[in-house]
Amino acid sequence: MERMTSETFDQNARAALNDAMLHQALRRLADTFGDKRKKAIATVADWEGLRTGARAIKDDVLLHLDTYLEQFATNAERAGAKVHWARDGAEACDLVLNIVKTRGATNIVKSKSMVTEEIHLNRALEDEGLDPVETDLGEWIIQLADETPSHIVVPAIHKTKGQIADLFVEKVGIEKTDDVDELTYTARRFLRERFAKTEIGISGANFCVAETGSLLILENEGNIRLTTSLPKTHIAVVGIEKIVPRLTDLDVFLKLLPRSGTGQNLTAYQSIITGVKQNADDEGPEEVHIILLDNGRSRMLAHPVTRQSLACIRCGACLNACPVYQQIGGHAYGSVYPGPIGAVITPQLIGLSKAKQLPYASSLCGACREVCPVKIDIPELLLHLRAEITDGSANGISADTSTRKKFGESLAFRLYGYLWAGEARYRFGMKAARLFQTLVARRGKIGKAGKLLSALVPPLGAWTARRDAPTAAGKSFREQWRDGLEDK
Amino acid sequence: MKVSLFVTCLVDQLFPTVGVSMVEVLRRVGCEVVFDERQTCCGQPAFNTGYRHEAQKFAKRFIEIFEDSDAEAIVAPSGSCTAMVKHFHELFPDDKTWRERADKIAAKTYELAGFLVNVLNKVDVGASASGRFTWHDACHGLRELGLRNEPRLLLKNVKELEFIEMSNADVCCGFGGTFSVKYPEISAGILDNKIEAIEKANIDAVVSGDASCLMQIGGRLSRLGLKTKTMHLAEVLALQQ
Repeated sequence: MERMTSETFDQNARAALNDAMLHQALRRLADTFGDKRKKAIATVADWEGLRTGARAIKDDVLLHLDTYLEQFATNAERAGAKVHWARDGAEACDLVLNIVKTRGATNIVKSKSMVTEEIHLNRALEDEGLDPVETDLGEWIIQLADETPSHIVVPAIHKTKGQIADLFVEKVGIEKTDDVDELTYTARRFLRERFAKTEIGISGANFCVAETGSLLILENEGNIRLTTSLPKTHIAVVGIEKIVPRLTDLDVFLKLLPRSGTGQNLTAYQSIITGVKQNADDEGPEEVHIILLDNGRSRMLAHPVTRQSLACIRCGACLNACPVYQQIGGHAYGSVYPGPIGAVITPQLIGLSKAKQLPYASSLCGACREVCPVKIDIPELLLHLRAEITDGSANGISADTSTRKKFGESLAFRLYGYLWAGEARYRFGMKAARLFQTLVARRGKIGKAGKLLSALVPPLGAWTARRDAPTAAGKSFREQWRDGLEDK
Repeated sequence: MKVSLFVTCLVDQLFPTVGVSMVEVLRRVGCEVVFDERQTCCGQPAFNTGYRHEAQKFAKRFIEIFEDSDAEAIVAPSGSCTAMVKHFHELFPDDKTWRERADKIAAKTYELAGFLVNVLNKVDVGASASGRFTWHDACHGLRELGLRNEPRLLLKNVKELEFIEMSNADVCCGFGGTFSVKYPEISAGILDNKIEAIEKANIDAVVSGDASCLMQIGGRLSRLGLKTKTMHLAEVLALQQ
């Protein structure tokens, strides 16, 4: 299936808005997750204090990341794991492939992990003729459908029950059913067979504990525990920002993450994995590989504003709260990280030029910042990225139409900067606008603009497609002030 | 108290009645009102679109103009423009002097509802208006300035007025400045949810603290031919029916 890219965000979004099935699926988001989250955080005495505490831990980690990473690597290796470092996605994929090939393994299971989506690990494995199986129900659904996740926590949220049933009929060969239990059982039956013969399990991790070299992974289905304990070899791919200094730091994050993500007080499973099994009779892998991935993260670390992007614990609360995400879903962002945090992270991961629409895909309403468990100021980050984009585009016209549009915009803003920064010029501009509006206004408002007018004044065309526009008042406030209001 | 009006360009040109109403309300509660005609725009459109150079020009101009006044407070009929003034200092990352001047101005700049309730301790401004009214939280007033109860208190203290809380009052209307014309379809999609909530609430007027939200909501109500009015908080508080 052809993947949408961030570069065509506007087109992707328009297509999404016209997708009635998607809207039906997204309706659940705000209603279900928003309400469940509110109820779950009400069970905590000092939610604000937890948020502040969590952010303080993250800030400390990000300021001393090199030290904590070394500490983590030393302790993980002491417990028997092998730690690898990957500069980018390609390096990380090569490391995984190398481990797989050396062991001559063909049966690979995967558990849900955003970072392996980020580096397109499945594609890299498939290109080598391997057949990794996703074992999270949502991830398995989108793997069957040959799609990408549309949400950080609930990857198949864009699909309705009916669509999933049809998919199972087509790909797994079951009889058509709308019984959710039956659909879940189908997945369980199929996946258990794969688990039984698996040689390598690949996972991500929610947190890496520096003082013990442990990984903490949260889940509800139990498949992650199987993925990380059943096969002889476990490979964990994790971003370098996942570090927390101490085991006790997990306390605050365990309170924040499930409540923010799924509105649960705690997930059904919490696995702390420390190195390999110590005795032959123990359960667990004989080999553990931890691949620590940079892939643009140290770039974010360099600036005090962008650094906070790395505090994200991937709970997905900002997606659920975002009015834009609620309208268009995740795929339109053209990135494995959609929604507000995706609009911030994606341009920093793949480059501003490839995702320059994303920082603008927000009304800056601040709902994301309000729900973020680690207090990331997403609007501040969006504004920061917008400023970077605008500076870079001030150079002039290019053949690329999107840049040309940008040129028109930058001209408009320079004009606005000139006209509106002087009172006389401002008044003159407003007189001109009043003259112009006599041509287009009817009965005190401007209705849907025709093609010619829309081409001449694109923002007016965009505004009036679905909304009437107001007209400038006969007398401005300043005129009324002068004409008697001042002395009234 | 002497108050300097920061009327905002949107109110000045498109919704002057909001400014006139604000003057009336402020005078009614005993304020002396001054207005510096040199003021134009706070530069928010430039700042929010990423044009920091232009935004800085507007910020400097704004600071210089309002520094000239001996008014104790600067009051605006907009949470969004007030929030912009609070952001001014970010435009001078390498200039301590300007940052301090920006902070000084920001410290005495208030949105109307916040000023009336938190500075003057007034929840009853002597207004009366009959009908069913609801409040739409403009995002910046709510989430940048933290004004949730203040406007509701003011509305509930208007005589005869029946206050109705609509569902999702604190969800964005989809305006978002240039967002509304950069992604008009998404903006209108978000707006339709707001219109749905307004219709369900079955009210005479939807009230807000930002003219921009009212322009967005009103523009759709007008296109759909719906009778619900849009009113700025200042306009409601000025009513004495």
